[in-house]
Amino acid sequence: MTARMPVKKYITANEAVAQAAKLARVDVVAAYPITPQTSIVEKIAQYIANGEMDADYLKVESEHSALTACMGARMAGVRAFTSTSSQGLEYMHEMLAYVAGGRYPLVLVNVCRSVALPWSIWGDQQDAIQQRDTGWIQIFTETGQEALDMVLQAYRIAEDHRVLLPVMVCLDAFIQSHTEELIEIPDQKTVDSFLPPYDAVVTLDVDNPYSISVGGFGQQYAHWRAEQQEATEKAQQIILEVGDEFARIFGRHYGGLIEQYRCDGAEALLVAMGACTGTARDVVDEMRDEGKAVGLVKVRAYRPFPVASLRKAISLAKAAAVLDRDCSWGYEGALATDLKGALYGLPNPPAVLNFIGGLGGADVPPERIKYMLEKALAAKRGDTPHLEFIDR
Amino acid sequence: MKKEKSIPGPVQKAGTRPTRMGTWSTAKPVLKGKCSFCLFCWIFCPEGAIIQDEANRRVRFDFEDCKGCGICVRECPTKAIEMVETEGNNQ
Amino acid sequence: MKLKDIDKKEYYQSAYGCAGCASVLAARLTVKALGRNSVYVVPANCISTVSCYYPQAPFFVPFTVMAFAATGAACSGISAGFKRRGREDIHVVGFSGDGGTADIGIQALSGAIDCGTKFIYICYDNEAYMNTGIQRSGLTPYGAATSTTPAPCFENRPKKDMLRIVAAHDIPYAATACTSYPLDYMEKVVKASKVNGPTYIHILTPCPTGWGFAPDESIEIGRMAVESGVWKLMEFENGQFHTTYTPKRTRSVSEYLAAQTRFRHLSPEQIAAIQKEIDASRG
Repeated sequence: MTARMPVKKYITANEAVAQAAKLARVDVVAAYPITPQTSIVEKIAQYIANGEMDADYLKVESEHSALTACMGARMAGVRAFTSTSSQGLEYMHEMLAYVAGGRYPLVLVNVCRSVALPWSIWGDQQDAIQQRDTGWIQIFTETGQEALDMVLQAYRIAEDHRVLLPVMVCLDAFIQSHTEELIEIPDQKTVDSFLPPYDAVVTLDVDNPYSISVGGFGQQYAHWRAEQQEATEKAQQIILEVGDEFARIFGRHYGGLIEQYRCDGAEALLVAMGACTGTARDVVDEMRDEGKAVGLVKVRAYRPFPVASLRKAISLAKAAAVLDRDCSWGYEGALATDLKGALYGLPNPPAVLNFIGGLGGADVPPERIKYMLEKALAAKRGDTPHLEFIDR
Repeated sequence: MKKEKSIPGPVQKAGTRPTRMGTWSTAKPVLKGKCSFCLFCWIFCPEGAIIQDEANRRVRFDFEDCKGCGICVRECPTKAIEMVETEGNNQ
Repeated sequence: MKLKDIDKKEYYQSAYGCAGCASVLAARLTVKALGRNSVYVVPANCISTVSCYYPQAPFFVPFTVMAFAATGAACSGISAGFKRRGREDIHVVGFSGDGGTADIGIQALSGAIDCGTKFIYICYDNEAYMNTGIQRSGLTPYGAATSTTPAPCFENRPKKDMLRIVAAHDIPYAATACTSYPLDYMEKVVKASKVNGPTYIHILTPCPTGWGFAPDESIEIGRMAVESGVWKLMEFENGQFHTTYTPKRTRSVSEYLAAQTRFRHLSPEQIAAIQKEIDASRG
């Protein structure tokens, strides 16, 4: 193993992501400005301009074209990167399904921001969650360090020949993207030992020509979709393998598909994704100091949904308070719905309380998290589901 | 060959053509007059179903892909080609 | 370029296009002009949607289907990727219909030109959304009946002037062509392939099914379009427009219009008005 020579710097999560794209040796970057991800690509443009990073920056005219250009670069056999948020992610929606169904191993960083209307530049997770059916692997991160590390892991996961699916690494707007933390930036040599050059399975190759991204009817279409579903489910194993290998080389482990924080003997669990899990850890510590049996389950991989891990983790408690920074209007929060699905069939299942909050950039302060956990502590197994909007 | 079999997703080897267009045609071009080997019919055939027979300085027709559109008949400057009705199915 | 010197190999066959389809001819001529060292990006249109469903693969060279709006952007990415791999010798060709160029695809085309992408963008123009059943597009000519502008209504807007639109981007090379003039077209394709930047060729491809004429007339209709002045064979390079072919004879617009059922509802006055405009543009 080569000696690690990382550098520690106070940088924002966005800058950390830019560093990761540089370290991943991406060949092509195609992105379009949108708050609050823009500083990622501004940093990348700076690295390219001053010779720190060897990549081509395509000045595309929209997000739809940004993702398409990245897909094109993959078709030509090189590694590509893009980042976006909210309206931009929505504009890419058509191409998200193209990339996933076409089995192109792209990495996209989404800085999660509300979707209009009402219009908002601030954070919630509606944008990413709305895209959960497109076939992308979606991983939610909590800190700048995790964001950097997951971009590197994302390329390994995506490009694995058993997966060949695109990965969306999610950050939370402003709270995470624009907050400076002490980040350990790995050195290039160590990253190279973890992330080998891109080895494509099929490309636009004049010496071995294929028609790619083609259409198909009926049973043929179903065959490709079944293949895709299998690969997406298999990706859970690869996410774990890559996480373990990353920890061996870089010394940081994030728990796998989910992270369980102080869940031993917990009666009530907070289930959440993204930056707010950082606040939740402090609340759990405080409440534990008061003698309350609470814990945190941080969902990291949202797609593929970690059914088995969650079923195991949640079933031990009597109630789960699910914080959704999103809502499927007309029903409830997506994480709560998916979680209930994972618990289906359990005899005497834990109560699931769905709290919709942190929308449009509204803060989720410790008091609100404590409120959610207190409500969960008061609940009993077999209680009817609870839905509450907590921002007001 | 192992890699060929395991390509996931919607891809197909270039040039794979299980269906040939000749099955559509209900008429086929036949050279009745003298071919001046001007190559007009060859360049204008949308299907590439005309072949240059350089040894005999004449064109030949590939009925596997000929749809029977008749452009070659129309464009031949010496009116040397005629459409002959067939039973269909590139007979 | 001489007919006898053109590559005798075929690179595109067994396409499901209609008998007499000039768009299929355009695709055949394009790949023939460029050879095996070329890749094709084809959005939803007659060439892709009609033919390229698994298991049929009419292109003998690398090909990809592309989202309708995205041809230009895909070419930017593919071109950049080949450049990174040291394969700028491979021609990247966007082969898009009129809708995918002038309507839904115009933004990505504009962006790709603005990116300075090295690619050949070919708009094959059959003047409507043909593969979905003859709906009007931004390149449907004034007077034409389509399924969304059916007679007695008709298209009341002229064709968008794509040559001038791309010229306004300071594109290094652009041209118009027609399948009835194959050598002129193939020379332009080869010329475009030598430019180290974006290029655009707009080829008129008469459509028997959509325009209303017999399958064997596709070449003759194209000739009529050029000889009547409805379509001009031009180039834009070094900031200048010039004509590449002046027809040896002139035909009246009414002859061109009368040969297609999509114009049969036009009155003599309407036809005269069209003739007047063509005459004015000639001057």
